[in-house]
Amino acid sequence: MSGLQAHGVVRSYGPTPALRGVSLDVAEGEIVAVTGPSGCGKSTLLHCLAGILRPDVGEVHWRGERIDTWPEAARSRLRRTEFGVLFQFGQLVPELTAAENVALPLLLAGTGRRGAGRAAREWLDRLGVAHLADVRPGAMSGGQQQRCATARALVTGPRVLFADEPTGALDTLGGEEVLTRLVHLAREQGTTIVLVTHEPRIAAYADREVMLRDGVVDPTGLGLDEPLVPVAGPGAVAR
Amino acid sequence: MSTSHVLLGLLAAGSQHGYELKRAHDTRLPRAKPLAFGQVYATLGRLQRDGLVVSAGQEREAGPDRTAYTLTDQGRAALTGWLAAVEPPMPYVTSALFTKVAVALLVADLNAARSYLVAQARAHTERLRELTAVKTAPASSLADVVAVDYVIAHLDADLRWLRTTLARVADWHREVHP
Ligand SMILES: Nc1ncnc2c1ncn2[C@@H]1O[C@H](COP(=O)(O)OP(=O)(O)O)[C@@H](O)[C@H]1O
Ligand SMILES: [Mg+2]
Repeated sequence: MSGLQAHGVVRSYGPTPALRGVSLDVAEGEIVAVTGPSGCGKSTLLHCLAGILRPDVGEVHWRGERIDTWPEAARSRLRRTEFGVLFQFGQLVPELTAAENVALPLLLAGTGRRGAGRAAREWLDRLGVAHLADVRPGAMSGGQQQRCATARALVTGPRVLFADEPTGALDTLGGEEVLTRLVHLAREQGTTIVLVTHEPRIAAYADREVMLRDGVVDPTGLGLDEPLVPVAGPGAVAR
Repeated sequence: MSTSHVLLGLLAAGSQHGYELKRAHDTRLPRAKPLAFGQVYATLGRLQRDGLVVSAGQEREAGPDRTAYTLTDQGRAALTGWLAAVEPPMPYVTSALFTKVAVALLVADLNAARSYLVAQARAHTERLRELTAVKTAPASSLADVVAVDYVIAHLDADLRWLRTTLARVADWHREVHP
């Protein structure tokens, strides 16, 4: 089995249930938006899928292997290689320049300084911020920082990128530019994206939307309290 | 949308034939409803009658598509005036969406109104995704992006309204049928 799956994932924080049985199947190369109101469990699901958190109950599979039972060291290696993560606030290292920040994951993975530096500049260029290579995060706008963080998340060539409200801290135009480039590059490289967002406009960048509600997948996709009774009419079946 | 003002704008740079105007219109306003030739000639005829354009270099034998049109001073003034005039910001609530829910509550039951809202929200979401894909497609021009962004912003606003209304429609139904 290829791709990424969650099977009946349950996760609580102490007495607070965050996920109450979530199943999800993400094909490789697919861009899936996880949406829903604040507190519905989006971030918890993303953390479980990315191997950052372990479910209390249920399983997470990647390319046919069950990964949620792997020891932390193995999951952490996965996040440095086949998985990448991008958060709302890019979390760049403030003491390092953009190029040094982007080169960091490659250096940690054992790439030589020269190669890492070259790749970092290439990725900054792809995100349209080559001119900021020698600038530190403190001197950049939020949108510029997030483009650098995106370059850093993609530089290792992850097969899956987990993005949690990646545009949440940006103005509309800044957010659009980050996402347009991110999705464009992902399609080019066949990267799978799990995109957490509460904005329909951002979710529209995905191929498909999965809505959570109170820790479960909302089958109506619209946050309806009660399922609709089908109405007789053109195209509807009267019964 | 004012086709006549767009044609005046396209003529501001110099005389053009009707078929050139149609092509320029479709290029400059991507994803607008393409202009029909008949509409171009009808509009040019009206503009000529009102003295806003004149036909130049007419070759009688060759038919209307061989005629070039030029902006007059009066036409240029009309164009400038139109460009500077602020459009009335939605003076009336004229949305087909709003009207349909209101009528549904009058003539049908609550469930019909909710079903419509859900179906409309799904259709809007679908269209939103379709247009967003234009923005990440490598071949898209900035004109394409600016054009679809206009529709995206409106679909997004509609979607918010559809979801809020879905949450309120039961109360609204009680107000209509106390
Ligand atoms: N570290 C935590 N400790 C305690 N409760 C938490 C923690 N993180 C999340 N929660 C709770 O779990 C639920 C789901 O949270 P989260 O997954 O962050 O939702 P979302 O990302 O959709 O806003 C919420 O009720 C939230 O308050
Ligand atoms: Mg969250």
